[in-house]
Amino acid sequence: MKKIGFIVNPLAGIGGSVALKGSDGEEIVERAFELGAVCKSPERAISALKKLQPLKDKIEIVTCPEEMGENEAKSCGFLPVVIGSSFQRRTQASDTIHFAKEMLARNVEMILFAGGDGTARDIYDAVGTELPVVGIPAGTKMHSGIYATSPEDAGELAFLYLSGKQLKVKELEVMDIDEEAFRRGVVKAKLYGYLKIPDAPNFTQGTKGGGHQADDQFYLKGIAERIVTEMEQDIFYLVGSGTTCRAIMEKMGLENTLLGVDVVLNKKLVMKDVTEHQLLELLEQGKQSKIIVTPIGGQGYIFGRGNQQLSSRVIRKVGIKNVLVIATPSKIQSLPQHRLHVDTGEKEVDSMLKGAVRVISALNEVAVLEIV
Amino acid sequence: MNLTQKTKERIDAKRMINDRWRQSKWLEPLVYDLGSPGERGIIAVELEEEIRNVVGDPLDLLPKEILRKTPPHLPEVGQPRLMKHYVRLSQELTCEDNTTMFPLGTCTMKYNPKSHERIAETPRFTELHPRQDEKTVQGILEIMYKFQDYLKAISGFSSVSLQPACGSQGVFTNMRIIRSYQEDKGFGMDKKDEIITTVFSHPSNPATPAMSGYKVITLYPDETGFPSVEKFKAAISERTAGMIIGCPDDTGIYNPNIMEITKAVHDAGGLCILDSANANGYFGWARAKEAGFDMTHWNLHKSFSTPHGGAGPGAGPIAVREDLAKYLPTPKINFDGERYYWDYNLPSSVGVVRPFFGNTGVILRAFAWVTSLGGEGLREVTQTAVLNNNYLRMLLEKIPGVQVAYETKDRLHEIRWNLNQVYAETGVNSFQMIARICDYGVGDTFPSHFPYIVENPITPEPTETYSKEEIEEYAAIVKRVVEECYETPEIVMTAPHNSAMPHVPWETMFDPTQIAPCRTVWLKLQKK
Repeated sequence: MKKIGFIVNPLAGIGGSVALKGSDGEEIVERAFELGAVCKSPERAISALKKLQPLKDKIEIVTCPEEMGENEAKSCGFLPVVIGSSFQRRTQASDTIHFAKEMLARNVEMILFAGGDGTARDIYDAVGTELPVVGIPAGTKMHSGIYATSPEDAGELAFLYLSGKQLKVKELEVMDIDEEAFRRGVVKAKLYGYLKIPDAPNFTQGTKGGGHQADDQFYLKGIAERIVTEMEQDIFYLVGSGTTCRAIMEKMGLENTLLGVDVVLNKKLVMKDVTEHQLLELLEQGKQSKIIVTPIGGQGYIFGRGNQQLSSRVIRKVGIKNVLVIATPSKIQSLPQHRLHVDTGEKEVDSMLKGAVRVISALNEVAVLEIV
Repeated sequence: MNLTQKTKERIDAKRMINDRWRQSKWLEPLVYDLGSPGERGIIAVELEEEIRNVVGDPLDLLPKEILRKTPPHLPEVGQPRLMKHYVRLSQELTCEDNTTMFPLGTCTMKYNPKSHERIAETPRFTELHPRQDEKTVQGILEIMYKFQDYLKAISGFSSVSLQPACGSQGVFTNMRIIRSYQEDKGFGMDKKDEIITTVFSHPSNPATPAMSGYKVITLYPDETGFPSVEKFKAAISERTAGMIIGCPDDTGIYNPNIMEITKAVHDAGGLCILDSANANGYFGWARAKEAGFDMTHWNLHKSFSTPHGGAGPGAGPIAVREDLAKYLPTPKINFDGERYYWDYNLPSSVGVVRPFFGNTGVILRAFAWVTSLGGEGLREVTQTAVLNNNYLRMLLEKIPGVQVAYETKDRLHEIRWNLNQVYAETGVNSFQMIARICDYGVGDTFPSHFPYIVENPITPEPTETYSKEEIEEYAAIVKRVVEECYETPEIVMTAPHNSAMPHVPWETMFDPTQIAPCRTVWLKLQKK
């Protein structure tokens, strides 16, 4: 019987919906709970694990106690082997490392884990490239290419590997950014190492492209010029994260949050670095609004990665037709298969967003890409 | 199709590969750096005294203000050395089109029949002047008029202009026609300001609408290799002035939904241009008009066998549907039943895009080519080109790491391949492999137009010209080079070794601080 390791970081992504840019560190986790954040990682881990149900009699799940995997595995009908016993405290990064090492020692064939960039780093610290892993996207920041495009795809990928249909593996980057610097608006992405994942590009999101090339400045300025020129009166513009969106704020001479959402009305900043809750309150005013977002380079996510404030509820209120997507040509070319992705957490909103979309790529240029 | 054992052996046989090929290579300086002060190739004859007595000093005949103050800086080289100089340069280049295969995809490098060169060389043509009286040039006018008829038959359209001198000028002219047409309909740039194209269309396709003041909407392909109808529909709106695409484009894929797409553009009030630079994929089998297009252009220097390379000369004639004829460039050639003449009375014309009447030497060669082939011959051109490409595909697909980009199975005249696997496993990229392929006596293989959305691209186009043996030789060379990537990657990375041109690091090609567009800059760079 094949053994598979299963680890859930229950706190992954908890900082995202309350605009905390990440979930690393006890203090941030506490702050997130105070702001009303809810753990979504277990739910996403279950969506992935359900895909392994057909292999129920052929695999043995080795997992961690309680919310770190045991609960999720049991809720999917598995009878897992649990390492250690329950702990009476919040989980920590060191727990992930400890359990992953233990799984390696117990000769599991692969590890399926739910988390964000921080979790990927912990897994890397524990197992390196000793065995293949599959990442279930559940964090706030997911710059690492190792994550599957959705929880379901993560489950599917693990299924393909365990059933012997996809045995080829490849190494992909584990990246993370300095969260402290990130909160100050500085992106310091760092390559931590490589993890082995089953080689199926359609299932994984690819690594975030690093910054803009020199000639991109020309296109960035053009995009900003066009967006600002076409801005309408009395409409809230919810300007998303990233350097492409920042160019718009700079064009208007406004303060901005590199990795957060700012609100502009009549070319004036009305709210800075807002949470999902604040956005929903704002939208209650009944004014028309538009969202401006840019895909993460190398991945293509426009929602659900680093901008969880723009939640499915916010998108519904604003309206799908009022989502403006911007990206320079080189960023578009960095996207795997030149596709965009969404992961708002609500399937219905995801499917409403899917299809062909116009992407403003320069002052007088537009690209048409597909959101899949 | 299964390869016979004999064929397999032939492909694998090393004798197929020309290991000994070496291009003539001279360390020849620029002509300015030859010779010495006072050296002369030709000594001009002194003016005879009798004549001088009558006309005086010839320099006095010129206005003083246009006389140079210093003599021009011309090379001072004796005749024998000068002769050697040009012989050496020509040895590095001569007959490249006839001694090697030239799989420069999207450029449709085909054999240029030498009999057509003879026709174009005859003084009966070369001694003509565009300002001659029409009565004295009825022959060439008749050829041009009849060549227009050929292009009408090939495209299905009713009017042609031979004036544009290259493909991009043809595209530009068509773009100006769209603008004039829309303005006449009351749709100025305030109402219709968008032109749709695809990322695999040739670079002039987005560049010329941008030059004409339009916004450009670029569609990216699906996994099929072409954009879905849904993407086109997302791009089409009341602001759509027109669309320009290649069909097939450089992937060799014919968009099966083209009729639905052209109809959707028409429904929005736009016009559709077919970029026929890839006409070798459908000559005589499909026509722009029947696919729903309103206008097209050709590159005679590609599809119609006239020589190209080194930037010219080219010819980019256009053809349009009947109601657009009034916008064609001035003048237009006509026939009144008795004589051929230039019609300058075209008040709605987009104007003159090139002085006089087009590159007539190129048109003459293309006329000779079509005349020699006839309609059936043209169909055979496409059949053979498509067959050759698919035979090459069958051979290349057997080489590990050489992969066809995109899922669509049916390909016409060329294919964009990706060599990602070889790159991932050896670190050798497709540009380095292309340079190494040249070492075996094959011309440059085209990688891709910008942007490189297929990574490590390579786009060979065998055309109808090359024989089965030559295609097999090319495939065997690609196989050898891929093997070298694994065995001796440093040799591939520093290629070419056997060409007149040495290895040039790719990155320097795009670094303006390292490029010398003229001797003055070169001298400055030497001093650094």
